[in-house]
Amino acid sequence: MTVIMMSSILSVKISRFLVFCVLAVFSSSCNLTQLNNPYQHGEEGLNILYSSFSERPKHLDPAVAYSSNEYAFIAQIYEPPYQYHYLKRPYQLVPLTAASMPEIRYYDQQGKQLNVADADDQVAYSEYIIEIKSGIRYQPHPAFSRDQEGNFLYHELNEQQLSEIETLADFDVQQSRELTAEDYVYQIKRLAHPKVQSPIAEIMKQHIAGFGEFSKSVATLSRAELKDVDIGGVQTIDRYRYRIRINGKYPQFRFWLAMPFFAPMPWEADVFYQQPGLKEKNITLDWFPVGTGPYLLEENNPNRRMVLTQNPMFHDEFYPSEGEESDQQNGLLDDAGKKLPFIDKVVYMLEKETIPYWNKFLQGYYDASGIASDSFDQAVQFTGEGDAQLTPMMQQKGIQLQTAVTTSIFYMGFNMLDPIIGGDSERARKLRQSIAIAIDYEEYIAIFMNGRGVAAQGVLPPGIYGYVEGGEGINPYVYDWVGGAAKRKNVEVARRLMFEAGYVDGIDPKTEEPLALYFDTTSVSVDDRPRMNWYRKQLAKIGIKLIIRATDYNRFQQKMRNGNGQLFLWGWNADYPDPENFFFLLYGPNGKVKHGGENAVNYQNPKFDRLFEKMRNMDDNEQRYRIIQQMQEILRHDAPWVFGLHPKDFALYHGWYKNIKPNMMANNRLKYTRIDAKQRELKREQWNGAQFWPLLVLAVLLAVLIVPAITAYRRRVRESLQ
Amino acid sequence: MIQYIIRRCLYAVPLLIGVNILTFVLFFVVNSPEDMARMQLGQKHVTDQAIENWKHQHGYDKPLLWNHEESGGKRLTETIFYRKSVGLFLFDFGISDSGRNIGADIKQRMWPSLALALPSLVVGLLVNITVALMMVLFRNTYLEFGSIVLCVVLMSISSLFYIIGGQFLIGKLLKLVPISGYDGGLNAIKFLVLPVLISVVAGIGSGARWYRTLFLEEVEKDYVRTARAKGLSETRVLFSHVLQNAMIPILTGVVVILPLLFMGSLIMESFFSIPGLGSYTIDAINRQDFAIVRAMVFLGSALYILGLLLTDISYTLVDPRVRLS
Repeated sequence: MTVIMMSSILSVKISRFLVFCVLAVFSSSCNLTQLNNPYQHGEEGLNILYSSFSERPKHLDPAVAYSSNEYAFIAQIYEPPYQYHYLKRPYQLVPLTAASMPEIRYYDQQGKQLNVADADDQVAYSEYIIEIKSGIRYQPHPAFSRDQEGNFLYHELNEQQLSEIETLADFDVQQSRELTAEDYVYQIKRLAHPKVQSPIAEIMKQHIAGFGEFSKSVATLSRAELKDVDIGGVQTIDRYRYRIRINGKYPQFRFWLAMPFFAPMPWEADVFYQQPGLKEKNITLDWFPVGTGPYLLEENNPNRRMVLTQNPMFHDEFYPSEGEESDQQNGLLDDAGKKLPFIDKVVYMLEKETIPYWNKFLQGYYDASGIASDSFDQAVQFTGEGDAQLTPMMQQKGIQLQTAVTTSIFYMGFNMLDPIIGGDSERARKLRQSIAIAIDYEEYIAIFMNGRGVAAQGVLPPGIYGYVEGGEGINPYVYDWVGGAAKRKNVEVARRLMFEAGYVDGIDPKTEEPLALYFDTTSVSVDDRPRMNWYRKQLAKIGIKLIIRATDYNRFQQKMRNGNGQLFLWGWNADYPDPENFFFLLYGPNGKVKHGGENAVNYQNPKFDRLFEKMRNMDDNEQRYRIIQQMQEILRHDAPWVFGLHPKDFALYHGWYKNIKPNMMANNRLKYTRIDAKQRELKREQWNGAQFWPLLVLAVLLAVLIVPAITAYRRRVRESLQ
Repeated sequence: MIQYIIRRCLYAVPLLIGVNILTFVLFFVVNSPEDMARMQLGQKHVTDQAIENWKHQHGYDKPLLWNHEESGGKRLTETIFYRKSVGLFLFDFGISDSGRNIGADIKQRMWPSLALALPSLVVGLLVNITVALMMVLFRNTYLEFGSIVLCVVLMSISSLFYIIGGQFLIGKLLKLVPISGYDGGLNAIKFLVLPVLISVVAGIGSGARWYRTLFLEEVEKDYVRTARAKGLSETRVLFSHVLQNAMIPILTGVVVILPLLFMGSLIMESFFSIPGLGSYTIDAINRQDFAIVRAMVFLGSALYILGLLLTDISYTLVDPRVRLS
């Protein structure tokens, strides 16, 4: 009896002790922070910026890369001779590796040098002479490594060496060398090489003298042989100077010189990476860049993460000490004159879905974030005046909001070759103008874009030379200037235009039924249906029946090439901040059907084309400005596009993120960014305390369920035994 | 048995050729080489010459299946189909249209897929069998009825809901594990806990019901009645006798999918940013990278055939009456 009692008391004590232990563990565990930290242990408090990518970049070769997700990496690694000033507006080119802005000389057909003021039509060639700074060095890389006799160590890898190599870091000796003008010339040769497949090769054939001929002559050569073949229009003058000869006058060429296409490439890199053994291990120039920029790509695992670290060889570059007036107040000049870059390391994590990304941003594990539509209401609210501001929750977290209108345009195009909607007849023009009024893009932006856009008044987005603010800059065929704001004309005006075009109440006199127009779109998913219905509704306001022809992107492209479309949506993002880069989308000789160009609507107006030819070769001045306004007027009148909208970027940054200024042109912004890693660490600890009590509740619930089950089972066994 | 295996391997060859032709035809019905070139070259400044160059560089400037301009055997060999397919049968997947070595990519990406799929399968199997046995143990009680209802409820919920809900509850509210991500070695565990848990929970509904059906079929058989008559407890009957005899259909379901575990899980990998083969395939489809699509379909087919073969072999191991001939 005593033994039984003892055992019973003991078992009660043990149970209590166990309960106490469990509770102690849970209560102490409640203080645990950052169990949800997705980064490696030991990185806490370090000067590391955390960002993400949703899709692996296709190319990191500067001759081939041409999309924003690729530029996000290579613009930090490669350095073209020029860059955009980080703070000044309008956008201004400044030297990067160049010692000064290019010296431009003009020549006539006979090779005689012309004065700058000479008539444009006399200019047969322009020469850009670019001098680069001395002492700039490449990042350490095995392609440069030599032995004591000066022979390259890794240009002829044998089987044994290859077997020991899995990544670039496996090469023991990594050396550097000085940047020379020859490297810039070599890169232009690469642009011309058909095997490199640069997207700008065909454009440069038109502009760089001898580019096309060089391209043909090296078609059968390997990349490694390029350096020994001369390209007619591009020459090295000396170690630090090179010359590019341009056909005619092409002032926009200076902007190309600020793009990674014209960044230097050491010939050693091509020789190194062309070795078959390396290709088989996915060690290629397209994946492991070799640059002179502030960062080098330390880890390239596009399936998981990509890591940039400071280039130990980076030359002296300092934070700008000039900017706009407001920059001083906004603290953007606090770091003036300090050596760049500020951040030691940047970790880009693969993040395919927006929801996990957003949640990690809120936990402090990403330093910046865009705003997906499903989290927009959580982050942003609009004031009575229509200004965007952060919600109290975001403000409480110290998050900053930055908005900027992008230098791009999304438009609805009318196929000008179409017999109904196209052509230069008065009927067709009024029909197009009527549609332009009826499609209420302000409503579209409010409904489908959470207010993240600005209705376009013409071809040019804000920030591009020639764009006019206020009443002077509105499209008078679609808007009125009322009370200090652009107001879309009443739909009655659109109906009247339809009437004048011969479509009374939208009825086509030929068929005596509502005019039917076809809208080709690649928006085929269920999520796109509301938008398509919205478009239908807009045209129904003027009696037009809109028939949606949803198709995949390939078929859509084919229709555009063949001129089989009628209405369609298209967009353009500026390559550089010059009106030529937008007006060329409507230049006749760029027509898509006849010439395979970028003029998707196949618009052709001789007067517009003449003005374009004149404008594109001019420097920015009063006369050019006037021509731009004339061109805008022609387009507004002819209405080959419904000038849809310019999207507005909304970006969120945590309080520890410094030196934020939207710059739509510069891709190498990372070097200006600074973070307060200590503040971030404090916030992360504050925001990420683990919660264990729900697990305890769950355990109790399970026990509540299981105990009766066990009791029932025991009873059942007892019953079956009896 | 060796003869049987050799015969099955030989059967696999025409099957794989058929799959390859089908993939090829389906892909090129939807995408022409021009479309692929445009997709790879981007949207800006793409000229006809650039497209021709791309096609030439990547071997897409030949006829698809039959080359009229050649003579003899070259009519077949000088085609895109032959050039792109012949290496597959040697498991040489070649270079993707974006310039990467596919074999190296597969080798690298199959491990994260496996790291997610294998624990999901093993834990899921154990949990499902246990729950199913419990349901059989408590059959004809409120517990069984409640469990069936719960299983139907679990089955009816979209897997996407489990993922988003799991990330929200465990990753965001409770902050117990990272919401998404991946790391190598043992560091991977903290990233795998949540997706494995979600996989298991999401699979309980259908899995437990399926195994319950199997076990119910078995418990009505004579040998079970005999075991009970011998005085064995119900738990002993279930776990020692019923479970063993229900292994054949369980093995059929499990062994066949074992090789396919390498292929990864599309949604899970995408939401949890796990760099496996599931997301590799879907990315390739989106990018119209035919080289990867064809390699992955080929690999999937080969692994499926292997799975079927392994299932047949496993029958002989669990049921001595089965003989392969």
